Amino acid sequence: MTAPFRIGLEKRLDPPPYVRWLVPILSILVALGFGAVVIGLAGADPIEAYLQILAGAFGSPAAWLDGEFYAVSETIVRTIPLILTGLAVAVAFRMRFWNIGAEGQLVVGGVFVAWVALFLPELLPGIPQTPWVYLPLMAVAAILGGALWALVPAVLKAALEVDEIITTIMLNFVAILTYQYLFTGPWKDPEGQGFPGSAPFPEFAWLPRIGGRVTLGLFLALAAAVVVWLVFDHTKLGYEIALTGENPEAARYAGVRRAGIILAVMLLSGGLAGLAGFTETAGISHRLQQGLAIGNGFTGIIVAWVAKLRPGWIVLVAFLLSALFVGGDQLQISMGLPASIGAFFQGMILLFVLGGDVFSRYRLRIARRAHVISAEG
Amino acid sequence: MSRTGSHGRRGLAVALRGITKSFPGVLANDHVDLEVRWGEIHALLGENGAGKSTLMSILSGLYQPDEGEILVGDDEGGLRPVTITSPRAAIHLGIGMVHQHFKLVPTQTVAENVILGVEDMPFVLDLDAVARDVAEIADRLRMPVDPTAPIWQLSVGEQQRVEILKALYRGAEILVLDEPTAVLTPQEADEVAAILRSLAAEGKAIVFISHKLDEVVEIADRVTVLRKGRNVATMDVADTDKHRLAELMVGREVATTIPKPPAEPGPTVLALEGVVVRNERGLVALDHVDLEVAAGEILGIAGVAGNGQRELTEVATGLRRPDAGRVVVDGKDLTGASPVAFLDRGVAHVPADRLGRGLAGNLPLADNLAMRAYRHPPIAVGPAIRRDRMRAFAETIIERFRVDAPGPDTPARNLSGGNQQKAILGREITAGSWAAARGHRPVLVAAYPTRGLDVGAIEHVRARLLEQRAAGTAVLLVSEELDELLMMSDRIAVLHGGRIMGVVTPEETTIEELGLMMAGEAHR
Repeated sequence: MTAPFRIGLEKRLDPPPYVRWLVPILSILVALGFGAVVIGLAGADPIEAYLQILAGAFGSPAAWLDGEFYAVSETIVRTIPLILTGLAVAVAFRMRFWNIGAEGQLVVGGVFVAWVALFLPELLPGIPQTPWVYLPLMAVAAILGGALWALVPAVLKAALEVDEIITTIMLNFVAILTYQYLFTGPWKDPEGQGFPGSAPFPEFAWLPRIGGRVTLGLFLALAAAVVVWLVFDHTKLGYEIALTGENPEAARYAGVRRAGIILAVMLLSGGLAGLAGFTETAGISHRLQQGLAIGNGFTGIIVAWVAKLRPGWIVLVAFLLSALFVGGDQLQISMGLPASIGAFFQGMILLFVLGGDVFSRYRLRIARRAHVISAEG
Repeated sequence: MSRTGSHGRRGLAVALRGITKSFPGVLANDHVDLEVRWGEIHALLGENGAGKSTLMSILSGLYQPDEGEILVGDDEGGLRPVTITSPRAAIHLGIGMVHQHFKLVPTQTVAENVILGVEDMPFVLDLDAVARDVAEIADRLRMPVDPTAPIWQLSVGEQQRVEILKALYRGAEILVLDEPTAVLTPQEADEVAAILRSLAAEGKAIVFISHKLDEVVEIADRVTVLRKGRNVATMDVADTDKHRLAELMVGREVATTIPKPPAEPGPTVLALEGVVVRNERGLVALDHVDLEVAAGEILGIAGVAGNGQRELTEVATGLRRPDAGRVVVDGKDLTGASPVAFLDRGVAHVPADRLGRGLAGNLPLADNLAMRAYRHPPIAVGPAIRRDRMRAFAETIIERFRVDAPGPDTPARNLSGGNQQKAILGREITAGSWAAARGHRPVLVAAYPTRGLDVGAIEHVRARLLEQRAAGTAVLLVSEELDELLMMSDRIAVLHGGRIMGVVTPEETTIEELGLMMAGEAHR
């Protein structure tokens, strides 16, 4: 006995434009629906939980009327590093260079920032100690740090074809352990009363706030998105990155130098991740301490992938994912659900968006089987 | 000639009768017959695309025939019809296939590869026993293989022995080999020939696919020739010779001609001087090749695929550095220069593999058409790219070369093969004309430019190539179709084993002569 119809996938030759945004949105809705089941199984009311997440991430109308924007500002605070790491990953992934090392590049960026903020004023007292001088210096240091860290796997790949997935992952551990050594060892604050962390940065090395804990880093991240968009769509480099990613053999044929593109891509990618280290240290912690390596580099992979490596979408996806994080934290407080619910949703969304991508390239086709008249009938 | 070996088997091992198989747009086999006797080595000879591989894929269960029947023989001369639904069903019938590209697991040992996929192996493997069995078969056939060696340590010749062992271990009595010597060195080819002879002496039936006349005459007892999907002849090798086989293989249809004004060759633009190239495996792919292409001339390159054509086009366009010799373009030595340097001197290239090298299928057509132009104004403005100008540039090519595409934003993958080729050709010809405007004499290297295209697209491509010739471009045309080469070329050079066997003119040569040169006989 066969089913009266057959379900198959049929390739879309020319996907209509609405598919591009409809499929990811439906995928996210399905992921949330699936999440609702899990929340229900955990013994909570899913609708209540989602309302709590919304309130946790964006606040409530009542709070807004009181001029209270704490929730949404916290969401933006988390968005800033995610935009930067998402962009970092997207740059590398666009040429199919699998940089899994944004976390380590971010951390090294942060370490370079801390060095400038902690030691440069003493070393070169002639440099004017104002934010106008120091903040750009620190940003450049962050870019340099991240880029240098990314240069190692880039050179190994370009010169020796060493697999970048392995090298970038492993360099994360090197970066994180070195940074932990620094703030618990040589750079530890002598007046910190045993608290693990460096001395606080001088105030002229703090990123100014523009509301809540949101700093100027927001504009930095948005500017970075614009720059990456320009590079992708309107430069020779961006053209060569895309060509190399889509067909390395065609790129070689077109005269693109592969080694040069690998180096350029990773300098850009590492530099962007390093900038996230700048916004986190100079903007939030104001010292080198635990909490710099909290997985922003890895979440950046999800951001980039869900956003299909497009800079504009990365900004949006970074905002939505950080809303899930911040709102998920709220669930723990108000409903006693585990805080890891935010990470759980991220996983679900990535899974469903990647899986759902099939439907932007294929169309579901339900064909009726030919009607068979049974002889006994 | 019927072999009366000591094997005591009589009659046919396998018979294919009236086998027809079509793929969309291609009739691969058209009522093909093949009979293979026990104890013989039977060669299946034909050019690329003659239908040899399709026929053997049907015998080994990979494809089902649209029409026709397959019969398998017993030891006493009887035949019974069978349906072969899968490679596994084939091996149950004693038919084993050795593919041209080996299907081995590099990290596993010879013995492990041999038993991979064998049914009714015990749950707890006795690999020592397997190794002993494998060694025993190998000894019997005098083909030394260490059963405990991992595959990746083996040479290509040894890997092929493992493939043969795999088939024999599974009980193959009828062994099919797809171009067994294509990837081997001459010494290894001699060894595999010896192995095949001892298998035949045991009474097994051997079928091997080949387009090399030398080895057919040397190894086979009988030969069946296919051309364009049809049987041409089956005969004892003893009753024929290479000349006759070459004639049968390439046929002698009268080429359809297209009007071609007499050539007005100018000065030499592209010259290869003593070029030696070793391929990725270190084997000599081009062996002291000397070639000259003049402005306003089409030099055709004939040869069976895999005789150095790929390396020749790569060396001529800067994609590969010669190991020795020089590449001179318009009087300037470009040996070892970058692909961009070649391009800037006016060397354009229509590559053999459209989607593998000529296009990035997922990128918009505009991006693909700009592959040669994006570095230069007006598209490039410093490090930036003007997307509007890129689109406009693409639109002019689409219009001028009549590329049938919805627009410059369509992914190149969605175009038909013919339109992809028109797009590539348009891009390359335009690149050549830009170089000409800078005062260089353009060169166009076109590899198999009409392969896989329909008649209309083929005519378009050929007309464009002749236009280029008339405009004074030096054209290097690589093709596997002798008709096309005779029709288009002013001179034809024949490649065999990386050497130029001779350079002839279409007026003075014949298809038979070209066939012999393609088979490795130097031009007199």
